[in-house]
Order: sequence, then C-alpha cells, then structure tokens
Amino acid sequence: MTGRKPWFALSLLVLGYLFLYSPIVSLVVYSFNESRLVTVWSGFSTRWYGALLQNHQLLGAAWLSVRVALMTATLSVVIGTLSAFALVRFGSFRGRTLFAGMTMAPLVMPDVITGLSLLLLFVAMEGVLGWPAGRGMTTIVIAHATFATAYVTVVVQSRLSQLDLSLEEAALDLGAPPWKVVAVITIPLIWPAMLAGWLLAFTLSFDDLVVASFTSGPGATTLPMEVFSSVRLGISPQINALATVFIVAVTAMVVLANQLTFRRRG
Amino acid sequence: MAIGVASGLQDKPWTDPSARPYVRIEGLSKSFGDVAAVTGVDLDIFRGEFFALLGASGCGKTTLLRMLAGFEEPSSGKIYIDGVDMAGIPPHRRPVNMMFQSYALFPHMTVAQNVAFGLQQERLPRREVADRVRQMLDLVQIGGLARRKPDQLSGGQRQRVALARSLAKRPKLVLLDEPLGALDRKLREQTQFELVNIQEKLETTFVVVTHDQEEAMTMASRICVMNAGMVEQVGTPHEIYEYPISRFVADFIGDANLFDGVVDATGTGSTRISSADVGDIVVEGGGAAAGAPVTVMVRPEKIQVLAPEAPDPGFNTGEGIVREIAYLGGMSVYHLELPSGKRIQLARANLMHTAETPIGWDDRVRFHWHPANGVPLLA
Repeated sequence: MTGRKPWFALSLLVLGYLFLYSPIVSLVVYSFNESRLVTVWSGFSTRWYGALLQNHQLLGAAWLSVRVALMTATLSVVIGTLSAFALVRFGSFRGRTLFAGMTMAPLVMPDVITGLSLLLLFVAMEGVLGWPAGRGMTTIVIAHATFATAYVTVVVQSRLSQLDLSLEEAALDLGAPPWKVVAVITIPLIWPAMLAGWLLAFTLSFDDLVVASFTSGPGATTLPMEVFSSVRLGISPQINALATVFIVAVTAMVVLANQLTFRRRG
Repeated sequence: MAIGVASGLQDKPWTDPSARPYVRIEGLSKSFGDVAAVTGVDLDIFRGEFFALLGASGCGKTTLLRMLAGFEEPSSGKIYIDGVDMAGIPPHRRPVNMMFQSYALFPHMTVAQNVAFGLQQERLPRREVADRVRQMLDLVQIGGLARRKPDQLSGGQRQRVALARSLAKRPKLVLLDEPLGALDRKLREQTQFELVNIQEKLETTFVVVTHDQEEAMTMASRICVMNAGMVEQVGTPHEIYEYPISRFVADFIGDANLFDGVVDATGTGSTRISSADVGDIVVEGGGAAAGAPVTVMVRPEKIQVLAPEAPDPGFNTGEGIVREIAYLGGMSVYHLELPSGKRIQLARANLMHTAETPIGWDDRVRFHWHPANGVPLLA
C-alpha cells in the first residue's frame, strides 16, 4: 500500500504540517513587517522588536507569566511526584480510589469552574484567615498548581509503575539507607518523567487565561491576559515580536534538552 | 568429623549435633492476607554451605528468601543469622546480599558503578573500591566490560554483573533467586559449575532458590524440598534422590515408580509388602505394623531387565509388556504395562552401539530389583 502511492502519503503529511504550522510561520513573518497593520505586508523591519523593548507593560506581563510558570511547574512537580508515589507504592490503602479520582479530577474540570471556585475560596480565606491578602501572583500560582499537579501526577505515575521494584530493593540490600535509595536510584530513574511533567506544567501555566483571570488581582496581569485585552483594542505587531521571541526560546530549550538526554545515554 | 583441609570449613556440619548453624530458622510463617505463603519452617544452614531451596513456583521458596533478606517481615517465627535475631533489622543493615532473579542492575550506572555501589555505602576509600571492583569482575570473567551500561550486555553477561555485585561486599551469606533461570540450557550448565567454584573459593554461604531439580542436584550441598509453604525434606542430593521420605519428594525429584501395598509381615531387617501390581515386595528395614498401608518407590534405573531363565533369588520380580520406548541417546526409558494395568518406567544405559538384547515394542519382559533399592514411603 505505502509503496504504491508515495505521493498520497506525502501530500497528507504536507497538508498536516501546513495546517499545524502555517499560522505560526505567518506570525513569525509578520513580526518583521514594517506596517502597523498585522495583515498587510509593507516591507522588512525590526522596529516592532525595538518597540517591544520600550513596552514595559507587555514585558512586565511576560516576566510575571514566566515567574508564575516557573513556580507553578516546580510546585506541581513536587506535589505531583509525591501523589504519584502514594498511588503507585502504597498499595490499595483505604480511600485510594477516592484519592486517585480527586487527584485526576482537575484534568477534566472546566477552567471556568476551577477559576471561579478558587476565587470564592481565596476571598473566603482572606475573610477568615487573613491570608492570602488580596489576589496576585501567589493566588495565580496556587490556582495553576491545582490543575498542573494532576498532569504531573499522570506522567510520573506511569513511569513509576513501570519501574522494577527490585532495583530499589537491590540498592537497599547493598546497604543504602532508604533516603539514599530514593536519591540515587529512584529519582535518577524517574527523572525524565519529572522533567516532562515540569515542562508540561510550565506550558499549562504559561498559556492559561481563564483561571488566571479569575484569581489575579490588580497589578498582576499575566501575558495571556495582557495579550487578550490588547487584542480587543486592536492587535499590535509587538505581540507578534514577543511570540517570536518565545518560540525561539522554547525551540532552543527543547533542542538543548534533547542534546542532554542523548549525550547522557551515549 | 572430617575437617576439610583446604577450606578450613567443616565437611558435613549438619551431621554434627554440636555444630552451630550460621542461619537458624525457627517456626517461620508468613501469610499475605488469608494466603499462607510459608508455614512453620525450621531450618539450619551452616557456614560454607551451598543450600538450595527447591520447589514448584508458588511453594514459598522466594518468600522465604525475601524474609532472610529482610524484604518481608515474618508473620511469626524467628530468623537468626550468626546468632543474631534478625527481627526488626531492615535490609540495608543485614549482613546479607542478594542476587535478584531479574538481576536488578541499575540501568543508569556502568557495570563498574553497579559493582561498586555496595562498597561505596561502606565509605571505603576510592582506591580500595576500584581494586575490589576489578577483583570481582575478574572473578566472574568480565573484566573488559567495566565501562558498559547494562543495556549493552548479553543475558549471560548481566548475570555475571549481578553475581559480582552481590559478592562485592564479601558477605558471609549470599541469597540467589533463580540465578541461572534466565540463561539458555548450554550456558546454564557451564555456569552451574562456575557458581560452585566461586562459592568454594570465597568460602561463602550460598542459599539458592530454584525450581530446577537438576540445577539443585548439581550445585547444592543440601537441598530443602518445599511444597505448599512447608518443608517436605532436607538432605544431600543423594539422600533426597535415593531416600525420599514422601510421595511428593519421590515424584518431584527424578522419575519414580510407586507401588501401593499393605505391610504383610515384618521381619528383622526386612519387611514384606503385598502389592496388587507385582505381588510380594521385600524391602530392607523393619518396624512397620502389619496391615499398615505403604507405598514402595523404586527408581527406573534401579530395575533391571532379566533374562527369562534366571531370576536372582531374594530379588523382587515382575513382568510386563513394553508399550513405549524413549531413546534418549545415553539411555533408553521403557514404559512397561503390568498385568494389573499399571504402567512403570525402567531405564537402561545404552552401553554398546548395538544392545546385546534389544527390547522392542510389545515384548514381554521380566524385570527385578534388589530389596535395598525399594524405598517404603508412609506419607
């Protein structure tokens, strides 16, 4: 089949890639557009990159998003890995099904509900406990971590359940105390899954608009919120420029991560 | 008691009532929920022994080994290693190393790092660790593979790394869970002797779990046959094969012909048993009460085919028709049908290219065996 009509499979592949990547390519191309209008090409220019450097509001939003995503990813990996251990290693403890269900629920929960319920929680907590005082970066991080943790749990859990238990037993047997077994055997072996979970959580947090809108306060505007509100007033090519910078950064990170994994294997 | 000159270890310590066992297991039981895996096991294992736990899968042998290593907590009973009660002592503080059935090599470490792992936990100087790793890799003949990762090794090489790693700390007691289980037949046979040589060289006590009776017979100083979580019999390979104490052991180790009968008369030094299959059977030994049910076990190679004219006086004799012949090269196994309809096996070494008296299908054959070769089984 595949040998007879190579052009058919090839054209499907090209169509698929076009569908996926042509919007991104056009975004990158138009970031170098001279014109103020995003849809009209009038010549090559890097002026929007220059303008971006002057736009403190947009850069501030991007920096906030990066910080939120970093904290969310780290927090989610810690909590998600711990809950994956509970699910895989603690056997069938009482309430395991409930625990598993509640851990995974944020995966299917609509963002609107997550956002609204957390907003109500934060407001109530501020009234009763006095913390968190107002909404801002802290509340966004907590809110993002609630759903990002579920993704990390799934990723780490699948890796952990494939791990041969006798590896840890062998390390114990050779005289390593339990904490050391975790540090030098378990963590290095599930490290790829933890890294994948971290990157996933980072991405989820970085491009979340809905939950952040509910749980942020004045003075804490994340990049998606900033972009979304500016689009309503007419899109600026500065956003194209910013997006291009992020695409380059993410691509570089992925390439670097690949390089590191392959070098370690060789 | 004979003292081994070369090894400095006692030759057959289990025959000496004053010898102190290195491992003492008392009334050990383990159940998982409602399922009893090990029930009431008592065992003494002595220094320098190559002790095999033999049984079918699910007989509790691996659970017993894991309790020795400390991975399972006994439900009841005691384990003493070198006189020390092991209750509550976690695996990483036991003077024991284990070789796992899956080998459990650390995939993110090289061969040398795997072998060095246990030594590093003792905080030995780096130079000494490197020396010891080299010694161990040479001992198992894989000195050239130190820098490889486990996924770059063949099954046989991994087995050697796992062995080297479990020996590196020079433990007094090494536990081996199906150490040769994953190797193919040829390699397994070679490795059996190597394992015994290494064990003798290091004067270490080995406890091996295996389901392969040939493997246990070849390697072990003593074998413990287990069935359904209990010890059926403990003895040297010779004792287990020639003098099984139960039908289970007789059947599990090698091939056995079992004749059911009833004790007819007990004399001094011999007992007559009447059997529906071959008439009267005489066995050596006495003491059984007349009328007691008993089973006589005779190994196939202990039964000789007889020229029709000359039965040996005092031997047990019988007659049957050849129904099946299995030619195994070195020997042939004949399945005879007795007049009662029971089938028995009879093995004959093929000593000459052409047998002097060839036996064919449907031949009527007379056979006999010496009373000393029949083993009465009461259980």
